[in-house]
Amino acid sequence: MSNSTAKKPRLTTSAMIASIASEGQRIKAAPFGKALVELAAQRQDIVGLTADLAKYTDLHLFAQAYPERFFQMGMAEQLLMASAGGMAKEGFVPFATTYAVFGTRRAFDFVHQVIAEENLNVKMCCALPGLTTGYGPSHQATEDIALMRGVPGMTIVDPCDALDIEQAVPQIAAHDGPVYMRLLRGNVPLVLDEYDYSFELGKAKMLRDGRDVLVISSGILTMRALEVAKALEADKIDVGVLHVPTIKPLDTETILREARRAGRLVVVAENHTTVGGLGEAVATALLTAGVTPQFRQIALPDAFLDAGALPTLHDRYGISAEAMSATIKSWLG
Amino acid sequence: MHTNRTDAHARVAESAYRIRRFALQMGEVQGQGYVGQALGYADVLATAYCHAMNYRAEEPGWEGRDRFLLSHGHYAIAFYAALIEAGVIPGDELETYGSDDSRLPMSGMATYTPGMEMSGGSLGQGLPIAVGIALGLRLKGNPAFVYNSMSDGELDEGSTWEAAMGAAHHGLGNLICLVDINNQQADGPSSKVLGFEPLADKWAAFGWHVQRVNGNDLPAVIAAFDTARALPDAKPRVILFDTLMGKGVPFLETREKNHFIRVDPPEWQQAIDILDQAQGAAR
Repeated sequence: MSNSTAKKPRLTTSAMIASIASEGQRIKAAPFGKALVELAAQRQDIVGLTADLAKYTDLHLFAQAYPERFFQMGMAEQLLMASAGGMAKEGFVPFATTYAVFGTRRAFDFVHQVIAEENLNVKMCCALPGLTTGYGPSHQATEDIALMRGVPGMTIVDPCDALDIEQAVPQIAAHDGPVYMRLLRGNVPLVLDEYDYSFELGKAKMLRDGRDVLVISSGILTMRALEVAKALEADKIDVGVLHVPTIKPLDTETILREARRAGRLVVVAENHTTVGGLGEAVATALLTAGVTPQFRQIALPDAFLDAGALPTLHDRYGISAEAMSATIKSWLG
Repeated sequence: MHTNRTDAHARVAESAYRIRRFALQMGEVQGQGYVGQALGYADVLATAYCHAMNYRAEEPGWEGRDRFLLSHGHYAIAFYAALIEAGVIPGDELETYGSDDSRLPMSGMATYTPGMEMSGGSLGQGLPIAVGIALGLRLKGNPAFVYNSMSDGELDEGSTWEAAMGAAHHGLGNLICLVDINNQQADGPSSKVLGFEPLADKWAAFGWHVQRVNGNDLPAVIAAFDTARALPDAKPRVILFDTLMGKGVPFLETREKNHFIRVDPPEWQQAIDILDQAQGAAR
């Protein structure tokens, strides 16, 4: 490389708990912790448990507000999930927090047998979903939804932003049964307040309409899809975005209604491996109903992902707004 | 009402006899089952249900009850026998044991059976559940105890020791763990599969009050339960019961042990006859 060429600075991996918000983006701090504190003021049956990750899941706010209802279980995720089940048996509504990799992969049989098999009222809120850390596969929960979808009776929520999270907290508490919610913590982007939107457990919602492409998305890829839709306006490509924050049970009715509209490329976009997540759930729903639009998936590859800076990795694996825009344009020819 | 110890022993011994008998009857229905474990553990279950625990037979979900978790779900045959003896489930239901649509499946499940507090069988789950129940009871100001009953094989599971640490850390004086040490698990003697001795020292080092007794010495079993319940310390309690599989039926006590003890079809009635004769002589 010649000296005259400006060198692109090499990005470095940010802290584990760095915000996923991009620079200048509107944010809200600790929406989960604040919403839980607010809910616990009204509901005496709310308790909080964590496996040495209170600060890293914003549960420390609850611990400060209600120390007698907070239980530190140590770095012991099997104990975390089983004891949360035990507290649920005694009539409490436990919110159990850890990272998504540990809540699913490490504690899976305890989630399955202790919590789900008896339909216990445990709310598992797990941070670092999908590719939201550059620390490599040890911390990247790229298959958490696939695992949880296989558990009968499990409700799965993949929120997009701070608004989704703060509105979801009281609703998942009110739901009778186990819930797995992917958690964004710290400074969380605020996006959905610009749309005519409110979170409703079990409902998919159109955020914007579009003639050419329908993006069906969940989690932070809904945020990305909205950026893509704005960017592609310049190319006269009209992109609709259907946000599906509840992945199980799936709002098949709304998805089928939107996918039936002729002439649109259907793209399912998720911060998760191509295996077993929203993409396959939507594909099954469409085929079962005999709805066969042109169908594409934007998702993480079925691979152990690299370590590195998140912007680098999101570009590399095709889930940055720029990469998604380019991919969708290429599909449209 | 004062009951002297001899009366209490005789009463619990009668219950242990009937629990063994119910278990053998269920084993005969199926032609198989963990009957060796049931015979070995009957004295502990009789003490729990006919001496130590508070419960209402007609109201299994009574809020004031002591909770009993059967972590080793394959001991269901023994536990159903105890529930029949306790009056929680009717005696004639034992004929359905292990049959389709029965409330008494081969492995214990909370959703099937009144008085069954957890779905066991995925071993090592009872103790961490008990930690959560104990925390919940304490938070509610409910003075009940939670018992976790487990096999020695479950000492192999990491979750058992996560829970052992957690229970001591949280000072759970309302948690009593019962371990059946019959030294048999699926692949052979527990001590050869994955050595766990010195076991009493291990639990003590984890911060527990520890007792180790002969689980077929009824006065010793009763005394251990009494001690565990009366202890004023804010620490969890464990009772390690060394038991003999097949206890009470000599030809099963001495038969070659495995995870299962082989019982041939005519032997079920022979075993019941032996129990009946021994109990008749004891009276």
